[in-house]
Amino acid sequence: MSSVLLQGGRVIDPANDRDETADMLLSNAKIKAVGSGLEIPPDAEVVDCTGQVVCPGLIDLHVHFREPGQTAKENIATGSAAAAMGGFTSVVCMPNTTPTIDNPATVALIQDQAEREAVVNVYLTGTLTLNIAGEELAPIGSLKQAGVVAITDDGHCVQNNDLMRRALEYAKMFDLPVMDHCQDYSIVTDGVMHEGYWSTNLGLKGWPATGEDLIVARNIELAELTGTHIHCQHISSAKSVELIRQAKARGVCISGEACAHHFTLTDAAIGGSEHFWAEDGRDLQTEAQRTEWPSFDANCKMNPPLRTAEDRKAIIAGLTDGTLEILASDHAPHCAHEKEVEFDYAPFGITGLETELALSLMQLYHAGHLGLSALISKYTVNPAALLKLEKGTLTEGADADVTVFDPNAEWVYDAAASPSKSANTPFNGWTLKGRPTMTIVAGKIVWRESTVAA
Amino acid sequence: MSWHRKHLLDIESLTAEELTTVLDTAREFKAVGERDIKKVPALQGKTVVNFFVEPSTRTRVSFELSAKRLSADIINFSTDASSFQKGESLKDTARTLEALNADIIIIRHKAAGAPHFLARFLKAHVVNAGDGAHEHPTQALLDVFTIREKKGDIAGLNVTILGDILFSRVARSNLWALRKLGANVTLCGPSTLVPRVFEQMGCRVTYDLDDALANADVINLLRIQHERQRKTMFPSIDEYARLFGLNRARLAKAKPDALIMHPGPMNRGVEIESELADGDQAVILEQVTNGIAVRMAVLYLVNGGKDAEMNA
Repeated sequence: MSSVLLQGGRVIDPANDRDETADMLLSNAKIKAVGSGLEIPPDAEVVDCTGQVVCPGLIDLHVHFREPGQTAKENIATGSAAAAMGGFTSVVCMPNTTPTIDNPATVALIQDQAEREAVVNVYLTGTLTLNIAGEELAPIGSLKQAGVVAITDDGHCVQNNDLMRRALEYAKMFDLPVMDHCQDYSIVTDGVMHEGYWSTNLGLKGWPATGEDLIVARNIELAELTGTHIHCQHISSAKSVELIRQAKARGVCISGEACAHHFTLTDAAIGGSEHFWAEDGRDLQTEAQRTEWPSFDANCKMNPPLRTAEDRKAIIAGLTDGTLEILASDHAPHCAHEKEVEFDYAPFGITGLETELALSLMQLYHAGHLGLSALISKYTVNPAALLKLEKGTLTEGADADVTVFDPNAEWVYDAAASPSKSANTPFNGWTLKGRPTMTIVAGKIVWRESTVAA
Repeated sequence: MSWHRKHLLDIESLTAEELTTVLDTAREFKAVGERDIKKVPALQGKTVVNFFVEPSTRTRVSFELSAKRLSADIINFSTDASSFQKGESLKDTARTLEALNADIIIIRHKAAGAPHFLARFLKAHVVNAGDGAHEHPTQALLDVFTIREKKGDIAGLNVTILGDILFSRVARSNLWALRKLGANVTLCGPSTLVPRVFEQMGCRVTYDLDDALANADVINLLRIQHERQRKTMFPSIDEYARLFGLNRARLAKAKPDALIMHPGPMNRGVEIESELADGDQAVILEQVTNGIAVRMAVLYLVNGGKDAEMNA
């Protein structure tokens, strides 16, 4: 077995409170040693990490890899390669595939495929309800035995409060966290963007923030009632952040995640780049860097939707004070022809694995809200703790999953260069600050600079 | 003359000068419609497609006649939006129409932004004939044309738009056109259909009809489309008529020479008392006539119209 010696990087390991310049030796797929002036073993590949951050392999607990059944959009091979490019060593796939991951056989099918094709660790979630229909419980116990790390109906939200309660009580037997996409259907109806000035201006049906807040409030009550942990996915509204903050203060087992697009863009983006840069985007890119996009661009359509500058600020505040302890992408690939339709008919979702680390660094670290260690913890030790994964740390003896990134490197994102099958991102052409330079999974370099290792 | 646009997608992005150019051009074309020979060769040899993805009679006929009076060849292509969700995409259909060498594509669609979407990739000129609840630019142009004809200057006039504002593309386009030309705009209707957020677009919102009508120079009534709306928006047509229907007593609050406008089709006895619709203050049929002149001007201008062609 070959070894890798990462020399002279800034090693940041939030799990062990470590932040120092050190060498790190990876051997036999494990972290062998961390310290200064480590001896170079004869078989080691030596990587100069001067000026780079060396941290535990990043975990994205919210991705859609579309396999099985929707592989024109993405598959395990292409999705995991995009993850590696983004600096991620582990991903957690949502179960809204075709068929849905609501039975052990589908879990086994994807695990087999991941074994063969994936360049990063692929974890699976199972559904809460059969076929994500929100009517009958999925076989949660069998799904757990098959290896899922959480259950969720992501993309949908269980509307029936009794069913949600029973799912939580049932899941508690298996110590499985429940993740929820928070959306009250009766108030959101067929909304396609945040309800506010821009939906009114553009004549598009509104998806009011209240539609998220109602379910977050419900989840807080049900988490308290059942004692099962609920993780609220992709929080987009200021009020939801505040509800979670208050609930956590009184000890409720609830958590929340934020996605980079929700704390970078706002609903003004759907009015077109001109409006966004003039209003909410003034501080994000220099005038020379600003990209152009038209009004009604379906690459700005996702669920939950982009909201106001106030919501964006509240999400950043929630990340800063620890209310939201997890960062994720909600990487949701769609084919170009699926997005090239009327805004109303375009599917919700954007890709994000390739850009989320840089956007997080820009909006949270470079903007002065979070230190690097706190930011890294939201991609490593925190998601690992939620899902009880033996990941997210650089403790000696741990799996050699490591991300190396340059927090200050400026680069221009070219969506066409991503190994993902899809390019439905609003960030194509953006100048980003902070770039993953090497992704190591089980001691093997799976991505460096701009190539995926064979 | 100030017009350099390839398409007419919405009113919001136009300048006051561009609006004035359309209105001035329309005045020339109105004279054409009053002649014995109602035709000019301005678009001779050009192909115009009336691409209607949502049912419409009035607007489609008005565009058709406008194109014909400009000597263009026009074809009507109507379909149902639901067919796009199953079969061919809007993009492919539009490109097919363009492959027939269409010069101008007029589109009506129930999805907001559909004309903007087409304009991204079509080489043909795109004219928005109404997109969802977003905009209906030519309706607003014919409305301000009619107001200007009757009142002279738009600036300083008090215009009240009454009815279903939330779902109305006519309201949005009128609001932008009137604001750009300096009118004061008041919106009024049930609170569920006239959210306060419209105030951010530069108008006044009130739920008191008498207040809305006080000192009005123009009252623009919008059709209540109760059958198409979520039934949670207001209780009944009867209650709407009781609270917001325009009748003679309420009209007295407005200026004595206030214009009554309606984009049609109107519901007599609901948003307007029948005799008012036929009274001296109503300009509803003149709006229809002016629609031809305005649409001729729009087709002519997006095609890059030259002054010489207009009067040839």
